Amino acid sequence: MNIAARASDGFTILDISGDIDLAHSPQMRKALITEIKEKKIPKVFLNLKNVRYIDSSGIASLVEGLKASRDTGSRLILYSLSTSVREVMQLSRLQKIFEIFDDEQQALAS
Amino acid sequence: MPGEVPGTDLLVKLQMPSNPEALCLVRATLERATELLHFQEAQSRAIVRSVDEALANVIRHAYQGKSGLPIEVTCRRVRVNRDGTPVTGLEILMEDSGVALDPAKLKGRALDEVRPGGLGLHFMRQSMDEVEFSHENGKNQLRMVKYIGPAAAPEPEGE
Repeated sequence: MNIAARASDGFTILDISGDIDLAHSPQMRKALITEIKEKKIPKVFLNLKNVRYIDSSGIASLVEGLKASRDTGSRLILYSLSTSVREVMQLSRLQKIFEIFDDEQQALAS
Repeated sequence: MPGEVPGTDLLVKLQMPSNPEALCLVRATLERATELLHFQEAQSRAIVRSVDEALANVIRHAYQGKSGLPIEVTCRRVRVNRDGTPVTGLEILMEDSGVALDPAKLKGRALDEVRPGGLGLHFMRQSMDEVEFSHENGKNQLRMVKYIGPAAAPEPEGE
């Protein structure tokens, strides 16, 4: 898994690629918590277009990021969900609790 | 196919350490095994996801996060008669020597709870046709089966 950060005024985009599994979900969790709790970025976007695989530990990391954003009054926004991410979101029935957009343009306009 | 005798064929047997970094290797192998059996892509992803979640549970719970401990994964092609119709499936047997699993924790959790954790078992039960846990001779065993169904593509020639 690789995480590339694009920081701008008032928001950060995290471009995530590869597999978010038991070996790598702690890295994503740490990146989310750093942006949301430590840097206190008001909007954190996750670009999930190039995520090949995500497991329940990856979903758990997303939920932790969402809870952190609610605690700090910021927003965690997901977009361009890959097939794997979309399926697991549906299986876990968590898609309704996240802000999810089809692409970057829609996400940034939200 | 009509007249086919029920039975099993060994496809692959893997021995892996309880290291999260090894999970991607097993996923890759399972993906190819499902291709070999002509599972549809969505079914293939479901099988790979179920095996990955089961292995993650072994690492986290049975082996309590300790790395380097043995896990065995055996994949077989199975042919059975279901309601009078011969069907082919993929059987995955997993075995570890970790802490015996608590049956009370094998039910999965309610999905209306928004909290991290507890989803892996739910994914397995939702995706696979058969999921059976047992504990014999000091080992945890998990057997999962996914059937292709009668409408699936025919098997390759020569098999």
